[in-house]
Amino acid sequence: MQSLTTPLLLIFALAVIGYFLAKSRALHVAGGDIRTLVSLPNQHALNTALSTIVPPAAAVLLFALYARLTGGEPNWFFSLVILGLGVTGCALSLIGIKTDSRARTYAERWILGLLIFASSIAILTTIGIVFSMLFETFNFFGQYDWRDFFFSLSWSPNFRGNSDLGIIPLLWGTLYVSFIALLFAVPIGLFAAIYLSEYAGPRLRSIAKPAIEVLAGIPTIVYGLFALITVGPLLRDVFAEPMGLGQSASSVMTAGLVMGIMLIPFVSSLSDDIINAVPQAMRDGSLGLGATPSETIRQVVIPAALPGIVGAVLLAASRAIGETMIVVLGAGAAARLSLNPFEAMTTVTVKIVSQLTGDTDFASPETLVAFALGLTLFVITLGLNVFALYIVRKYREQYE
Amino acid sequence: MKTSLLASDARTKKRNAAEARFKAYGLSAIVVAMLALAILLTSVLTNGLSSFQQTFIALPVELSAERVDKQGNRDPAEMAKTTTIGYAPLLRDAIVAEVERQGLTTEMSDKDLGDMISKEAAATVRNRVLANPDLVGETVTFDLLAAGRIDGYFKGRVTLESAALDGNTSPEALMIAQELADAGVIETKFNWNFFTAPDASVQRPEAAGLGVAILGSLYMMLVVLFLALPIGVASSIYLEEFAPKNRITDIIEVNISNLAAVPSIVYGILGLAIFINFMEFNQSSPLVGGLVLTLMTLPTIIISTRAALKSVPPSIRDAALGVGASKMQSVFHHVLPLAAPGILTGTIIGLAQALGETAPLLLIGMVAFVREYPAAYTPEAGLFGEASTALPVQVFNWTQRSDPAFVERASGAIITLLVFLLIMNAVAIYLRRRFERRW
Repeated sequence: MQSLTTPLLLIFALAVIGYFLAKSRALHVAGGDIRTLVSLPNQHALNTALSTIVPPAAAVLLFALYARLTGGEPNWFFSLVILGLGVTGCALSLIGIKTDSRARTYAERWILGLLIFASSIAILTTIGIVFSMLFETFNFFGQYDWRDFFFSLSWSPNFRGNSDLGIIPLLWGTLYVSFIALLFAVPIGLFAAIYLSEYAGPRLRSIAKPAIEVLAGIPTIVYGLFALITVGPLLRDVFAEPMGLGQSASSVMTAGLVMGIMLIPFVSSLSDDIINAVPQAMRDGSLGLGATPSETIRQVVIPAALPGIVGAVLLAASRAIGETMIVVLGAGAAARLSLNPFEAMTTVTVKIVSQLTGDTDFASPETLVAFALGLTLFVITLGLNVFALYIVRKYREQYE
Repeated sequence: MKTSLLASDARTKKRNAAEARFKAYGLSAIVVAMLALAILLTSVLTNGLSSFQQTFIALPVELSAERVDKQGNRDPAEMAKTTTIGYAPLLRDAIVAEVERQGLTTEMSDKDLGDMISKEAAATVRNRVLANPDLVGETVTFDLLAAGRIDGYFKGRVTLESAALDGNTSPEALMIAQELADAGVIETKFNWNFFTAPDASVQRPEAAGLGVAILGSLYMMLVVLFLALPIGVASSIYLEEFAPKNRITDIIEVNISNLAAVPSIVYGILGLAIFINFMEFNQSSPLVGGLVLTLMTLPTIIISTRAALKSVPPSIRDAALGVGASKMQSVFHHVLPLAAPGILTGTIIGLAQALGETAPLLLIGMVAFVREYPAAYTPEAGLFGEASTALPVQVFNWTQRSDPAFVERASGAIITLLVFLLIMNAVAIYLRRRFERRW
């Protein structure tokens, strides 16, 4: 990579020089009267600069990739090709300057190419995510039986080998924490959304809505710290110890409760949109028949908005399953299959963090298992998202 | 039965009660949500505000030449051979002398008195002496950091009872400290070091600061800004203005909305596999962190940029095309400037989201203990290639340490982070209010 920096800088300088050369050459070709030009001198200049810089830049990306794949360092040959491409592009576009050459069209083709490249990065990211995880997951299943991974009931990694790497205890912890989080977030978020859109006056709305949205803007590490220093000890001293349910400050309940707070704005803002999308005529019809506002909401608005609300809950669930910092700081690290919510349990995301931080050896199944966990997490959240978006979209079409 | 329209019957009463109940549920949901926010903020503030204050001991230290400059030639290179261990006795003598001067009597040994000063203080004095060799032989008054437990006593974290059970301090030390404070020797001052100093080891929480973390976060935000903004805007322009309606653009659109919902930790795995294992960029470097956060914030920026482009009315484009502009010119000369405030707002919100993100950074090694300020560019490590840490990761790091003084530090770091986020969001709201146009 380093050895390609110098030719790239040279190319950049050449592009700047080319820009001004093209401008003066265009003026020269025009014979002082730029009205004879089809394209303005600036457009010729832009075309020259882009022709100089884009092909070598693309070549650098390809060469860097090639060098990584073959394990070699980019050598003088690469530098030569890059410089050659730049000089050729610059020269060709300079020679091509005539009164009737369509520099604007050419320059815009380069720009369009760059725009298309930028939008393909989103696709490349997805491909990168899927392949990086698939590749290592494949390595993992070469060393560890996939049946044990999916069906074993115990998780006890051991860096000397002979580990039990069953995903079930982790999935159980993940689902348990998410379930408790949704148990808090869905009723509170939904009722808050209903009250704000159906009952609240403009004054309460103008205070409460931003306040709830602030909750959405707080980074998850803040919630994690809140779970660790405030909620965890509080739950332990007030509930767990007097009731004899456990001595641990980090527990499924701690993580679930704090994650529930995090999800309130998520549920409420999505439900708010959906409730507002229910046509006013339906409410008026119900109220006109003598129903009270709450009867209207329960029997008309909510049933009409139900698919959208289900979608919102599913999106919240996918957020809860993928959440990391709150469970790292609040749920604990011991993999356990238990029903007691005041016991420390662990989740898929916690184990991804613990297996991939510190000294990692990318040949051992104890490290590689993190990629299999990541892929599982990706597939679950993606499935939930696609399903939720499908439901939300299908519902929206009904009233438009 | 006598009925009146003014007196409600049993059924109406029941329905009205149900109505009132339902309303109360809604109101209490809002109250619970706002209460949660209030408790969260209070908890962080009460735990963290004290980290902006720090206890200092003002001590006249005799910098005797035979201790700090054994050769006697005032050459900084020679004097550097005296390590911080060589300076510790000077500080110990200074505090013992100060206690005597104040007329205080104690049963504490000289060593225990010396332990009231932070282990970091010796390094502070040494650096000052090396920077200015003329100080040797003189008695200079330094503001020295007090040890973590002494600091905790003045902040109410350490009490005489807890000190009796603590191996690192004793009730006697706290009582001496109290008397020194009454005499004005020990003072609590605003703690600038918290924002500038690097992290410190587990034994000296009083010296730990956010300097490296703030610098690392700044570098990452620069990487995100310079990559995510152009790429995000370019791909939004293509998708919104140029893309033909076909299968491929459909796939890209579905793809972007799904990427926005991928858990952040998955981006960490991607960064580890692609940028560190495959591309072999430096571990824990702001470059890799910035790249990962760029990929993570791209969907946010694209979605808000497309909304901003969509809100520019088609008549603007038509007018530009009508006077002979090309499609590209109409977009770059007219649509983009009009959409700029919306794009900027979306970008700032995306940056704020990236600033608070922790999980992916843990996987690319930013949890490492870093005391060196990372340089923006070095020939060996390249641009933003030196090991660094980041604000939210520093918080996580401190929560993993056993000394309760680090809880205060972590909460203080959170307050700092929240202040940055508040500023960014305020700027975004201001821009939206100031420049938003309704057509």
